[in-house]
Amino acid sequence: MGEKLLEIKDLSVRYTTDGVIAHAVNHVNLELDKGEILGIVGETGAGKTTTALGILNLLPRYTAQTDGEILFNGVNVLRASEKEMQKIRGEHISMIFQDPMTSLNPVYTVGDQIGRVVKIHNKEKGKEFVEQRVDEILNLVGIPAERKVEYPFNFSGGMKQRIMIAIALACNPELLIADEPTTALDVTIQAQVISMMRSLQRELGTAVILITHDLGLVANFCDKVAVMYSGEIIESGAIEQIFDSTNPHHPYVVGLFGSIPKITRKTKRLTPIEGLMPNPASLPEGCKFHPRCPYCMDICKTEEPEAVIVNDHLIKCHRCVRKEEA
Amino acid sequence: MSDERVLVKVEHLKKYFDTPRGKLHAVDDVSFEIRKGTTLGVVGESGCGKSTLGRAVLGMNPATEGHVRYNGKDITHQSHREFKESRRQMQMIFQDPYSSIDPKKTVSEIIAEPLKIQKIYKSRKDLDARVIELMEMVGLDLIYMNTYPHELDGGRRQRIGIARALALKPEFIVCDEPVSALDVSIQAQILNMMMDFQDELHLTYMFITHDLSVVKHISDEIMVLYLGTVVERAPSDELFEHPTHPYTKALLDAIPVPELSYHGVEPQLLKGEVTSPINPPQGCRFAKRCPYVTKACTENMQELREISPNHFVACCQFGK
Ligand SMILES: Nc1ncnc2c1ncn2[C@@H]1O[C@H](COP(=O)(O)OP(=O)(O)O)[C@@H](O)[C@H]1O
Ligand SMILES: Nc1ncnc2c1ncn2[C@@H]1O[C@H](COP(=O)(O)OP(=O)(O)O)[C@@H](O)[C@H]1O
Ligand SMILES: [Mg+2]
Ligand SMILES: [Mg+2]
Repeated sequence: MGEKLLEIKDLSVRYTTDGVIAHAVNHVNLELDKGEILGIVGETGAGKTTTALGILNLLPRYTAQTDGEILFNGVNVLRASEKEMQKIRGEHISMIFQDPMTSLNPVYTVGDQIGRVVKIHNKEKGKEFVEQRVDEILNLVGIPAERKVEYPFNFSGGMKQRIMIAIALACNPELLIADEPTTALDVTIQAQVISMMRSLQRELGTAVILITHDLGLVANFCDKVAVMYSGEIIESGAIEQIFDSTNPHHPYVVGLFGSIPKITRKTKRLTPIEGLMPNPASLPEGCKFHPRCPYCMDICKTEEPEAVIVNDHLIKCHRCVRKEEA
Repeated sequence: MSDERVLVKVEHLKKYFDTPRGKLHAVDDVSFEIRKGTTLGVVGESGCGKSTLGRAVLGMNPATEGHVRYNGKDITHQSHREFKESRRQMQMIFQDPYSSIDPKKTVSEIIAEPLKIQKIYKSRKDLDARVIELMEMVGLDLIYMNTYPHELDGGRRQRIGIARALALKPEFIVCDEPVSALDVSIQAQILNMMMDFQDELHLTYMFITHDLSVVKHISDEIMVLYLGTVVERAPSDELFEHPTHPYTKALLDAIPVPELSYHGVEPQLLKGEVTSPINPPQGCRFAKRCPYVTKACTENMQELREISPNHFVACCQFGK
């Protein structure tokens, strides 16, 4: 057991817009040790980004309501002062956002923007070191260092994303939250980025939360996984547990695997999950997956299943409970 | 050209754009054929010219050089009338159909539009019946007829795009990243549907994507593009079993496979910078990133050579 870095206890987040309440995150529990890599998987709208924003206490103040606790190094970030949070965000946690376009400042060159972050984290080092580090970081993300004198508008979307990643890495954070950091990138560049994150994690012991919908990335990079559906964690466990098809699984997880075309085998037809994830403003009774579930039973329509944990492998499904009893 | 099973034949196609810094070689001397009822997958990184090639094949933007033959007929430089006529047989599906449609139109108006432009139906009743038929085909609930596309999720929006493309009963569809923006569970629904339509309606696809597992799943043949040039083309299984061009190898190596045996596996990373497509230097476009580069690679343009039946590679080092 490592040293605990992050503990999310019974987190719920509701957004209220025009009197409509969206239950974006529902009773989420998560733990992360120092240096550990957690993957959060789930389709659009599952509540992944909301959870991440909660960790940084960046949820919109007036429209988002939170319950539960998020402890970072023992401090409840949801109740921390803005001053404390600024310190945490500046020095301890970095986040790579899904949309890099909004996060770069258009009036500074990318070299200046990366350099500024490098300087903050290496106060005792000189100008030469900073310049060298900027070049290194740009090269790492596949952008020629001589382009550091250019402004963000000169770069393609993919390149801007790589620059954001470069800036986050320059912070040497304790926790890196990467929210779909490679979704818009090509696989060869994605491989470089993941390799960068991996060496950061190995060399500096950075813990990583990788939010993605790519199960391949999770298999390759993460130690453990949490699968989110309708704001809940419906299955979580060590990578060995989740990717072993002989283990019991939540039907949604089975559906996710059935939806991916296999590169290593020939599949004639995919077996998708029919239907769509429910609207968080009108979640179904009982299990939130039951309207799409091929194994739906009567109890699933009325009673929310309890999370059952066996050897740290969590599944929230009535059917899996039945199986275990049988 | 005598092969009557060939529906689309592209010969030495080039598409250059004028930019302030010089000529941008978006598509540079690309040749291939697509046989009737099959799918040619086109893969490559963003900016390598996939969309430009797709549009040039359909005559949506005129080629700089080269020829496109459709059913044996040269359609490279068509008049406006011929272009309109050809749209009955050739259609396109986009990554986000939303970007290519009028947001002020409702779902049924969007699907009806090509039918109206081509004046297919005389009566309103027949037109409506066809729109309903199309919505049912693509699995769009009729309650969405008068909905605006921005009110719908990505999966349903793509179903609109597909219904619209199918409206004129085309033979050939260029699918430009049609599932790239969708969640996997929705992506699988759309892919299954497109493959069913291919069987039922005898469609021929040019399927553009950057997702290699998707392209392997859907394609009979795969063409790998790098900065406007074809580096490798082979039947789908052959390409994945015997990737030969160093770029293809790097690409396949970089795919994260959702299996436990790939945990912690470090793919061979490509180093070096990407060559600019503006006034590119002569020789292989991949040379700057290629781990096996030699002098010969930068001196001569690489020709596609057939290294085994229907397997073509443009590399002077590999596949001899
Ligand atoms: N600022 C917001 N105001 C209102 N609803 C929001 C806001 N942000 C997200 N939501 C809603 O909360 C749900 C979860 O969203 P999000 O956390 O972004 O999911 P994910 O990152 O998994 O796609 C979605 O239904 C989304 O529409
Ligand atoms: N209308 C245009 N004018 C100038 N350059 C263009 C135009 N359209 C595309 N390009 C350039 O052509 C190249 C290929 O683009 P594109 O076909 O969109 O690639 P892909 O679809 O593979 O991402 C890129 O370098 C792009 O910037
Ligand atoms: Mg998100
Ligand atoms: Mg494109």
